[in-house]
Amino acid sequence: MAIEDLFKVVKDRSKADTKPRPEKQKKQAQRVEIPQGLLFKCPRCGTVTYRDDFERNKSVCAACNYHSRISYRERIEMTADKDTFTEMDAGMTSLNPIDFPGYEKKIAELREKCGMNEAVVTGVCRIHRYETVIGVMDSNFMMASMGSVVGEKITRAFEYATAHKLPVVLFTASGGARMQEGIISLMQMAKTSGAIARHGEAGQLYVTVMTDPTTGGVTASFASLGDIIIAEPKVLIGFAGRRVIQDTIKQQLPDDFQSAEFMLENGFVDMIVERKSLRSTLSKIFRTHNYTRDGDYIGGAAK
Amino acid sequence: MSELTATQRLSVIREKGRPTVRDYIPLLFGNFLELHGDRHFGDDAAIIGGIGTFAGRPVTVIAQVKGRNLEENKLSNFSMPHPEGYRKALRLAKQAEKFRRPVICLVDTPGAFCGIEAEKRGQGEAIARNLMEFMTLKTPIVSIVLGEGGSGGALALAVCDELAMLENALYSVISPRGFASILWKDASRESEAADLMKITAEDLLKFGVCEHIIPEPDGGAHHDPTLTAENISHYLSEVLQRLAAYDTEELLEKRYNKFRKIGVFSE
Repeated sequence: MAIEDLFKVVKDRSKADTKPRPEKQKKQAQRVEIPQGLLFKCPRCGTVTYRDDFERNKSVCAACNYHSRISYRERIEMTADKDTFTEMDAGMTSLNPIDFPGYEKKIAELREKCGMNEAVVTGVCRIHRYETVIGVMDSNFMMASMGSVVGEKITRAFEYATAHKLPVVLFTASGGARMQEGIISLMQMAKTSGAIARHGEAGQLYVTVMTDPTTGGVTASFASLGDIIIAEPKVLIGFAGRRVIQDTIKQQLPDDFQSAEFMLENGFVDMIVERKSLRSTLSKIFRTHNYTRDGDYIGGAAK
Repeated sequence: MSELTATQRLSVIREKGRPTVRDYIPLLFGNFLELHGDRHFGDDAAIIGGIGTFAGRPVTVIAQVKGRNLEENKLSNFSMPHPEGYRKALRLAKQAEKFRRPVICLVDTPGAFCGIEAEKRGQGEAIARNLMEFMTLKTPIVSIVLGEGGSGGALALAVCDELAMLENALYSVISPRGFASILWKDASRESEAADLMKITAEDLLKFGVCEHIIPEPDGGAHHDPTLTAENISHYLSEVLQRLAAYDTEELLEKRYNKFRKIGVFSE
């Protein structure tokens, strides 16, 4: 084809694109009729599946294996032995240390909406009958940013584990330090790291499970300090935000940048483990650290 | 001491002639020898580390390097360290622990560098490791914020027994510009953010984040770098003497509790 013809083809096509397409409009009309929440569209690969199927698959995209964000309830349900979870510090809530306008209101709304008091839930549970301290960050609550409450609850969880000679498993997810609490939130990075140091000096095991998204001050503190660091497939893990890096270096970033796979390749996580294998992996890790099974085995996780 | 707003202090610490660690190190320490490299990847010019003497006693110095001009700033990456900078700091801190000499950290950074290479080499891990290791380092640590203390990039050199700030220095969870840009989607509201965020030395003294404010000459440190260095020197000799009185166990307990008690919540 001569170059002029090629131009013509492209021109015609672009003209055609600007004209409304009847079929497309029809499709859009159809889409509107689908009740909200019936479908799940994968943010990684764009594949659309029925939400029921997706949830039955432990909220993992069947097409690309992206392990999506789940609530702390779902996480505990699929991780802990049935009915073994006891929450600690459940009533702890944030105050407003720098008098940030609207912060109390925002927190109150989120507590209502998410049915939780703060962005992390901590407690004690059993996993394959191994007793462990567990913490789960929930990105539904202000992107699980770390303020005083997150820092305090995690610190107390480690202190409890140190005193009771227990391992700690933390499911990390966070946008980073909570800016609305100013410098106080930055200090939580140091506080939690101190508690981890003491837990480690007491010879106890700390396992991090990095989930979507683990970033900022959480990556730069307790998330990166596990004796063993596990990541879920395809999740986002990084220190600086993608947009910040792009603004700094003025170039596009590769798609897999700051993924779990990127972190594995660069040596910052030990292994990538699928949700369905996580309980057995944790169990092996506990076994290899000489923790003993204890209590009555009630049965597997509900899901 | 002067009563300036955070915005006014921001413009003081941005003064072109504001002294940097390159000015202070020769004024504060004798026999200074710079030590390079993290022994893993490379040497980061955004952090100077070395050994020297203070009042006749050996010390380790770890300092973030703001440039005094564009050339210097290019060399030291505008004082935004890469992971190897933080790993060099940790190596030198461990060395200080071995030889039982105090560590003096001079903090002056907008934040850790954000870039592809920094992510590849584990910026988050490097900072996290420092926080944990400094928390249990068996030798006294004193950190002084000279100008800008930006976020985790500053905190990685500020887990210490005592934190002091120069009178006009600011220390924050994120730069005021970043704060405005993220929370209000408008970076031009920088000064509004600065005044809201509570980031001055006095604010941080109230929060228990900082223990001491070092006075600057009228108008700011750049009016008299030598006098500012003398003020820093007075503080250092006092604090090092005080910290030397603790045995290691007491020192670490005190350090743990300094951070342990920071947090505002109800239950």
